[in-house]
Amino acid sequence: MANEKNILQSLNRAIVEGRPEEAPRLAEEALAAGNQPLEIIEKACVPAIEEVGRLWEAGDYFLPELIAGAEAMKSAMNVLQQALKSSGQSLKSCGRVVIGTVEGDIHDIGKNLVASMLRASGFEVIDLGADVKAEKFVETAAREKADIIAMSALLTTTMLNQKKVIALLQEKGLRENFKIMVGGAPVTEKFAREIGADGYGQSAVQAVAVARSLLAGGGGGR
Amino acid sequence: MSEALRPKVEFLTHQAVEQIIDEAFELLEKIGLFVENEEALQLLEEAGQRIDRRHGRVFISRELVEKCLRLCPSEIKLYDLDGHREYLVGRDEIHFDPGSAAIKILDSETLREREAKTSDLVALYKLVETLENIDFQSTALVSADVSREIADIYRLYLGLLISRKPFVTGIFRVESLRPMLDLLVAVRGDEESLTEKPLAIFDACPSPPLKWSRLTAQSLIDCSRLGVPSELIPMGLTGATSPVTLAGTLVQQMAESFGGMVICQLARPGAPVIFGCSPASFDMRKGTTPMGAVETMMIDCACAQIAKFLNLPTHAYMGLSDSKLVDGQSGIETAMGATLAALAGINMISGPGMLDFESTQSLEKLVVDNDLCGLALRLVRGIALREKPLALHLFEQVGPDFNFLVLPHTRKWYRQEHYFSSVLDRDVYDTWLALGAPDIFGRAKKEVQRRLSLYERPELGRNKAGELRKIIENYARACGVESLPELPEI
Repeated sequence: MANEKNILQSLNRAIVEGRPEEAPRLAEEALAAGNQPLEIIEKACVPAIEEVGRLWEAGDYFLPELIAGAEAMKSAMNVLQQALKSSGQSLKSCGRVVIGTVEGDIHDIGKNLVASMLRASGFEVIDLGADVKAEKFVETAAREKADIIAMSALLTTTMLNQKKVIALLQEKGLRENFKIMVGGAPVTEKFAREIGADGYGQSAVQAVAVARSLLAGGGGGR
Repeated sequence: MSEALRPKVEFLTHQAVEQIIDEAFELLEKIGLFVENEEALQLLEEAGQRIDRRHGRVFISRELVEKCLRLCPSEIKLYDLDGHREYLVGRDEIHFDPGSAAIKILDSETLREREAKTSDLVALYKLVETLENIDFQSTALVSADVSREIADIYRLYLGLLISRKPFVTGIFRVESLRPMLDLLVAVRGDEESLTEKPLAIFDACPSPPLKWSRLTAQSLIDCSRLGVPSELIPMGLTGATSPVTLAGTLVQQMAESFGGMVICQLARPGAPVIFGCSPASFDMRKGTTPMGAVETMMIDCACAQIAKFLNLPTHAYMGLSDSKLVDGQSGIETAMGATLAALAGINMISGPGMLDFESTQSLEKLVVDNDLCGLALRLVRGIALREKPLALHLFEQVGPDFNFLVLPHTRKWYRQEHYFSSVLDRDVYDTWLALGAPDIFGRAKKEVQRRLSLYERPELGRNKAGELRKIIENYARACGVESLPELPEI
């Protein structure tokens, strides 16, 4: 028992401390010790990524640690999801998110961060990259039956293109099918409300909370 | 990897340095030094110097000064309360300490200066313990609720109960020196241990022009005998108590420091001495002594350059401001002073926290200055060549999206390469608004509280409390002071 607990703890630490090269090996060891994949995820991985988020919000972790934590989570989850698949099980997704930086804007650091944190927190993420046209957001979200469309913009000149996507959804009568999240340096909660988005987060860690809250039927502002 | 270039600033040509030193020697030979201390006069007489007893004036030969200079250690080591952490005072190492002996504090609520109380000094000591860019404590406040007779020693007594960091201190009365040294000896256990591992530096300021008082000369002699470092701090006021030209003031200040240094070396050859500086560019318009004036800083840096030429440890009063508030002016003058001092490689830099011509300390300013010192410390670490190649290999690792944020290289180096401030504003506008749109004072005020909550009292200070209390009580009684101020909660 002690040993089993130790291995889960080691995996937890590898994620919290952001060691993506060690996390998969520890996940395999945890499986080899007889733990169920779901149990490993619930007991080691989820608390770990939540701890990373807490440390970020407390100001102890900066961007590189946050990302390293998300990367370690991802590498462990690859192993565990493979194991779930082999045993015929699957992990219940927290939700499916189509994400991208809007048209005319090539800045994707913030968007990548949000994508990493969402993935690490159990969302399925379809990343369309940067400079994404409104049509592509809408088409992809419809085809993939996404729950959330998440849009990023860094420039004050391009943030208005977030509104374009919402307008196109309304035009096609698809607005009610998706929750919409926006973010990026110039974007504010007020702006988000004005353009008719459902949620806004100030950081990648907040984005996870906003996405969870939106899908649980709550509001999306923080 | 090769070492980073250390950025430096110098104000004098080699020839100018030698000319100033030469003239300082001549000043001591021809005009002489006024020494009000009998023991010091005796030492100088025994060393064969001509003395004009009637005026208390000593004519010191160039030969003696040069001989004594050769006895001065080029670097000094200080140790923290536990004697574990070592701080080198010498070469181009720089250490900041709070500007010392303010009689007032800037009240955090009323934004007006008021008399300092013991509880203010306790808060200041605790705060400085948490400031990572301020290596040393100084006995920074003179509390109005402590009897004058014991005002100097009480500051050190309180400091030793609270602080882990070494101290910069000094005396107001000759009688206090021995018991203050006794406090330090008590912390170390015995005199030899204190000599081996100094815990405090004693400031001693000559009276311009060219005078060492009974008090300061005694401090030099007694500290030297115990191996406690003396910081010689000439304080010429250009055009008032020293020549109006910067170079002229430099000549006078060097002569004063040479004189003090000779007294130290005669008291005990090899005594540790730091060549300090606290001049001011006297303001002919207002009749004030601005520490934030650029000319003040130029004299400071040049003094250090000369002392470095002589291979001596250096000090200056820089990184302080004449503003009455923690505002733009206080930031400008403090940042400029701290930066220039760091670029000049001055070993001991006293100033953080200080406002209003060295009269007022501020907790909020200390927190802001901690960041300004951090920036200066970062600046002089220069641009390091961390890996070879410098960048080429990263472009091979980085992947098609060129995201440097995910590279282990980023995580490995970012904290060493970049300084993270605690109160300078780097928030996006909305976050700043949400925080209540605070200015630097507002942010600092909050940070003071956060840091005070982190303070932990050192074990040794707790264990030695009884022994230290006995020393201060005995001394207070000898001074006719019946009751000590109530000790605040530490």
